[in-house]
Amino acid sequence: MSAVRTGTGRSRYLVGAICIIICTVMLLPLLMSVLASLKPTVEAAASPPTYLPHRFSFDSYERLWTYQQGLPAYLANSFGTALLAIGLTLLLTVPAAYALARFPIPGKEVIFVVLLLALIIPYQALLTPMFLMFAKMGLTNSLLGLAILHTAIQLPFSLYILRNSFNAVPPELEEAAIVDGATSFQALRWIFIPSTVPAIVTVALFSFIMSWNEFLGALVLMSRSSKFTLPLILATSRTETSLGGTDWGMLQAGITISIIPCVLVYLLLQRYYVSGLMSGAVK
Amino acid sequence: MRRNRRSAVVGFAYLAPALVFVLVFTAYPLGQMAWMSLHNWSLITPPRFVGLDNYERAFKDTQFWVSFRFTLWYTALITPVLIIGGYLLALLTSQNSLLRKVTRTVVFIPVVIGLGVSSLLWYWLFSTDFGLVNRVLLDLGWISKPVLWLGVDADVSNAAIIASVVWKVIGFGMILFVGAIQAIPTDITEAAQVDGASYRQRVTRVILPLTMRTVLLVTLVSVIGSLLAFDQFYIMTAGQPQNETATSVFYVYLNSFPYLKLGYGAALSMILAAFILVFTVFQLLLTRRSHA
Repeated sequence: MSAVRTGTGRSRYLVGAICIIICTVMLLPLLMSVLASLKPTVEAAASPPTYLPHRFSFDSYERLWTYQQGLPAYLANSFGTALLAIGLTLLLTVPAAYALARFPIPGKEVIFVVLLLALIIPYQALLTPMFLMFAKMGLTNSLLGLAILHTAIQLPFSLYILRNSFNAVPPELEEAAIVDGATSFQALRWIFIPSTVPAIVTVALFSFIMSWNEFLGALVLMSRSSKFTLPLILATSRTETSLGGTDWGMLQAGITISIIPCVLVYLLLQRYYVSGLMSGAVK
Repeated sequence: MRRNRRSAVVGFAYLAPALVFVLVFTAYPLGQMAWMSLHNWSLITPPRFVGLDNYERAFKDTQFWVSFRFTLWYTALITPVLIIGGYLLALLTSQNSLLRKVTRTVVFIPVVIGLGVSSLLWYWLFSTDFGLVNRVLLDLGWISKPVLWLGVDADVSNAAIIASVVWKVIGFGMILFVGAIQAIPTDITEAAQVDGASYRQRVTRVILPLTMRTVLLVTLVSVIGSLLAFDQFYIMTAGQPQNETATSVFYVYLNSFPYLKLGYGAALSMILAAFILVFTVFQLLLTRRSHA
C-alpha cells in the first residue's frame, strides 16, 4: 500500500509494463509449443518453422495417440506410478507422523533423523545400488518399483510436513475422544486426519508433481519401452519415428499433454503449493 | 494425563512401516553403494574386491575431471542469474496488487512442469532448422545464418541450456523471496520511509538484510540442484561435443548404466555424494539456527 502511495503515476505504469513483458516472456514458449502441436503434419515439419499454424489440426495428436504402445499406455504408466507413489507416501508417512507427534517412543529424535536420511544423500547418487537391488527383486520395468523410488525421494519432505501438522493439532481434541474410549486408530481416523487435511493435500500434490515429472530414475529403472513414463517416451521419440527425423509436431503434442496436469493442479491448489514450498524447502 | 496410557509399543507399530521402508530403500542402498565402490562390479562377471582402485582411477580419469569442472562452471554461471533475477522479480511482485499477483503466478508456472519436458520444449526452440529461436533472430536480422545452438560448441550449448533452465526455475527463488519480503513487519519499512529513505536505500539497508537468511538458503538449494544437473544435458546435448557437456551425474549414469561399470559408478557416486554433503550440512545448520 505504501508503495502505491509514494509511487508516482509514471513509475506505476513502468511497473505494469515490466510485469506484462515478463508474463509474455514466460508464457510465450508454452504458447508456441501448444500452437505448434496444432499444426497440420506438413507444416509441423517445415523448415524454417512457421510462427502460427495456418490451419488448426489434430494430426500430431493422432500420431501420438498411436505412437508405439500408444499414448493411453504411457498416460496409464505415468498416472499409475504417480498414484502408487502418492498412496505409498501417505500410507507410510501419516502413521509415522502420528507416532512421532503423539507417542512416547524411546529414541524418537534419533529415529526421526534416520527417517530423514534421504535428505542428506541425493537420490541421483543412490541409483547405482538401487538399480542392482531392484533388478534382484524384480522391481525394474515395474510401475511399483518406480513408485517405490519416488516414495523414497519424497518421504523426508512428506514426513516433515505431516509431523509439524500433527504436532499442531490441539491435544484437547483427542483427549475428549480418548475419554470417550476411542482407540488410537480411531483418534487418528476421526480426529487427526480431518484436522490435517491441508498438510495431506500438500504432501499428495508434491508427490504427484515429482513423480509425474521425474526423469532419471525412470530412465534407469525402465528398459522396456512398454513401461516408459510420458517424459521418457517423448525423449526417446525424437530419434525413433516413422518419419526418420524428429516428429516435431508429435513432440509438441506430447509436451502439451505432459504439462496440462501439472499446470491444472498448480492453479487449483496454488495455496497448498506455495505454503508447502515455504515450509519444506527453506525450513 | 491419560495420554501416557498410550504405549511405546503401539507408537512403534505406527512408525515401523516407514522405518523399515527407509532402512530397505535408502539406508541399505547407501551401504551397498560403499561396498560396491570397493569392487570391480558388473552384471556379467562376479564382483571382485579391488580396494580403493576405483577411487584412484577416478582421480586419474580425465573425463571425471572434465565433467566435474563443467558442472562447477555451469553452477557458477547459473546461480547468480537465478538468485539475483529471482530477487528482482520478488521485489517487483511482492505487493499484492492484481497484476503483481498474476505475474507471480505466471513466473511460477514453469517450476511445476517437469525439467525433462521443459528441456524437450527448449530442444525444439533451439533446434537449428526447426526452432523458433533461429527463426526470430534471422527475421530480426541479428544473425545471417542459423546458429548451431546445441551439441556443437560447449559454451554455446551451455548458454542455451542455462537460458532454458533459468526460464524453468527462476520462479522457485522468487516465490520464496516474496514470502520472506512479505514477512517483514510493515512498521519497519514504513519507519524507514518516514525517515526519508529512498526505495533503493530501503531495499539495500532494510529489505535485503532482513531476508538474507532466505537468500542464503535458496542459494544453497539452488547450488545443490545445479551440481546434480542431468535431465537438461541428457536431453538437449546428450553430453556433446565429445562429452564436454556431460555433467557429474551424467558421467555416473554413463558408467553405471550404458557401460555397466557398476563398481566404478558407485565410487563416482560416493565422491559426488560427499561433495554435495558439504553444501547440505551448511543448509541444515542454517535451518536449525532459524528454529532456535
